[in-house]
Amino acid sequence: MTDLTCKLLIIGAGPGGYVCAIRAGQLGLDTIIVDEAAPGGTCLNVGCIPSKALIHAAEEFHRITAVNDGPLGIQASAPQIDLAQTVAWKDGIVNRLNTGVSGLMKKAGARFVQGRARFLDGKTVVVSDDDGEREIRAEHIVIASGSAPVELPFLPFGGDILSSTEALALTEVPDSLAVVGGGYIGLELGTAFAKLGSKVTVVEAADRILPSYDKALTAPVAKRLAALDVTVMTGAKAQGFAEGVLQTDQGEVAADKVLVTVGRRPRTAGVGVEELALTLDGPFIKIDKTCQTSMRGIYAIGDVTGEPMLAHRAMAQGEMVAEHIAGHAVEWDKRAIPAVCFTDPEIATCGALPGEIEGTKSSEFPFMANGRAMTCEREDGFIRVVWRESDHAIVGIQAVGAQMSELSAAFSLAIEMGACLEDIAATIHAHPTQSEGLQEACLRALGHALHI
Amino acid sequence: MGIHAIRLPDIGEGIAEAELTDWEVKPGDIVKEDDVLAVVMTDKAAVEVPSSVAGKVLELGGEIGELMAVGAVLIRIEVDGDGNEAGEDAATAVETPETAQSPAPATKPEPTPSTTPVPPPSPPAPSPVARAKGTKPLAAPSVRARAREEGIDLRQVPGSGPAGRINHADLDHWTASGGIQQGQITRGANTGVEEIRVIGMRRKIAEKMQISKRQIPHITIVEEVEMEALESLRAALNAKHKGERPKLTLLPFLMRAIVEAVREQPGLNARFDDEANVIHRHGGVHVGIATQTPNGLNVPVIRHAEAGSLWDNAAELTRLAEAARDGTIKLDELQGGTITVTSLGPLGALATTPIINHPEVAIVGVNKMQIRPVWDGQQFQPRKMMNLSCSFDHRVIDGWDAAVFVQKLKTLLETPAMLFVEG
Repeated sequence: MTDLTCKLLIIGAGPGGYVCAIRAGQLGLDTIIVDEAAPGGTCLNVGCIPSKALIHAAEEFHRITAVNDGPLGIQASAPQIDLAQTVAWKDGIVNRLNTGVSGLMKKAGARFVQGRARFLDGKTVVVSDDDGEREIRAEHIVIASGSAPVELPFLPFGGDILSSTEALALTEVPDSLAVVGGGYIGLELGTAFAKLGSKVTVVEAADRILPSYDKALTAPVAKRLAALDVTVMTGAKAQGFAEGVLQTDQGEVAADKVLVTVGRRPRTAGVGVEELALTLDGPFIKIDKTCQTSMRGIYAIGDVTGEPMLAHRAMAQGEMVAEHIAGHAVEWDKRAIPAVCFTDPEIATCGALPGEIEGTKSSEFPFMANGRAMTCEREDGFIRVVWRESDHAIVGIQAVGAQMSELSAAFSLAIEMGACLEDIAATIHAHPTQSEGLQEACLRALGHALHI
Repeated sequence: MGIHAIRLPDIGEGIAEAELTDWEVKPGDIVKEDDVLAVVMTDKAAVEVPSSVAGKVLELGGEIGELMAVGAVLIRIEVDGDGNEAGEDAATAVETPETAQSPAPATKPEPTPSTTPVPPPSPPAPSPVARAKGTKPLAAPSVRARAREEGIDLRQVPGSGPAGRINHADLDHWTASGGIQQGQITRGANTGVEEIRVIGMRRKIAEKMQISKRQIPHITIVEEVEMEALESLRAALNAKHKGERPKLTLLPFLMRAIVEAVREQPGLNARFDDEANVIHRHGGVHVGIATQTPNGLNVPVIRHAEAGSLWDNAAELTRLAEAARDGTIKLDELQGGTITVTSLGPLGALATTPIINHPEVAIVGVNKMQIRPVWDGQQFQPRKMMNLSCSFDHRVIDGWDAAVFVQKLKTLLETPAMLFVEG
């Protein structure tokens, strides 16, 4: 195959890579982007998007199942779900988005090359596929190879032991499912399968689920899991799996399938990053304020560069790198990166948690006192602001509650714009919405909440 | 509803009272179990007092700076259910609203809340521009982007918005004024006086310094030390063990030299009980290291420096200094020193007059190392030179002994092989 040259070569067409390619194309950079899979990366193919599709289907199914017991006076006959059809619907969405991303990159003028990329040296990458190999030489190279699920040596993926990828492709609802790892991925999928009718057991090694959040934020999620009859084992370690039984140090768990979600590791080995001897930060590639690695002309973005491993962080980095290569005066100056757990209820966070920064205080507004929350039968949760005592600047906002993911834009906007308590308190928030809780939390911090 | 009184707990170490240095709550605050209520200061360590109950803060038992006895009521908290103070307090709480009422119809008693809710006072209004050190300037992304493009350091720009937020007009103004902060050109008299109460750690430091300076007649000797040999040994050791052992600073070598020197002069490694007129000469050399922390001066103690290797002492020094800075240091790690080292590193000046850490009898001050010209008999040679400024308790140490000690340190540091050769 013919060798190629370009100004910018991007390895990996996930959210970081494809956004970088689109922006680079817009800026007139001669750009090639390489991936062995369809464009969209983990997020689009086996992560964010398919999991949200499954969560939606599970929620719809569960809503009908539970409606007879509810206070609304609705009676419905027992619903049925054909998970194979659900998965086919989900695959349809993924395909549409694959095509969409390809189209956007093409429109911007970036070339997509399918194949496995491997560094030859700091300026040359070998791309191989079934037909052979070709070399691509580039002035600038962006490593956006993403991350892969961590495998436990005593629970190797395969058969009934699933990573999130296989869990999203199941065509039948398992009678019982053990989820090893109570982080956000495990809880999102575990909740979905519980709503679809599986008997779900979560095995978490820390002393509580979602250990990176504070207890107040995770309590409503834990309560809902209990209501969904999900067994949560904390301080428990899985040890092995055989013939439908998961062994743990706290006893046996019957499980048709075992989902292992104990974290993700950066995908550096397959790309040949080791041979380049880039400076690392733990297992991750070390980057500076403009995402440059220790080698001139080589950038890294997204999950390979460390926590938080979030698609929107990678996208923002990809956009910035393209602009940097095009000569714009840019650097990473984001004040906060929002994060959402699509658990039930959802957790949305942005910026600092209470107590994380000295000289800050926090105040919260519970949805129990919110009219809209009552009309949705979802009075669980709260919105909380963390603010600096000296000047009332808002440094963090967290919420737990139904549909909080959609409210997270307000959180990151407030922090990125440098809002203080008085700004949000004086902004009219539409009634009746759960967003009023944000205004009320700020009013409460100022000592004059109106609805509590 | 009941009232739960939390008393100042026994903090240990046989301490009968502690100074209240901070309130984490105010009346009207809702507290959860394990929330920190107050910070009290014992001899040197700050101790947080957590809440044992959840409820609403009714009353604080003291003011910041006050000395409170162990067992005194620290705070009263309104709790669900019976408190531990149900008796008189609850009764008065119920009575108060009734007595306050003008003749009430006896037939229809008003429901009386146990306490009237007090709205929490509004926090003080934010100051306009003051920006805490280390915090990023508040500015919208578009303002930040423009500043970057125009090469403006936003940290220098005064913001006119709330909380000192910088807007586009502030950037216009900044550029128009040539990047000079408004108000810098005209110099007005500043007649403000700020009152700062000397409490907590600062008060402890003040007391300690006063005792040392009042009771101990200091004699200070300043001597010059040539550091070439030691510095090349240090560089060689650091290069040899790069990445596998902690990097050696000068201090572990100095500790070694002190250990060697006091072997011959045990009178210097001592604590002088000046009330009982007894000198306690210690076998172990417990070296205090004066350490600057965010709260002020701290002196963590490296125990048995005579028993540790260079790297043991270096690692222990790093551990203690970090613990002292982040406030996790334990009380007993700040006590029991037999001699102290004070070093200001590059700020170490030419000479200092260190104050002895009472009841010790000697302190070794390290001054700045710099290349100075030294006459070698024929010409001036550039040499790495460093002064040592050492103070001694002249009541129990004669000038002769002090001078011998300082010369011994000088010899050991200038010929570092002697630090490691037995005998």
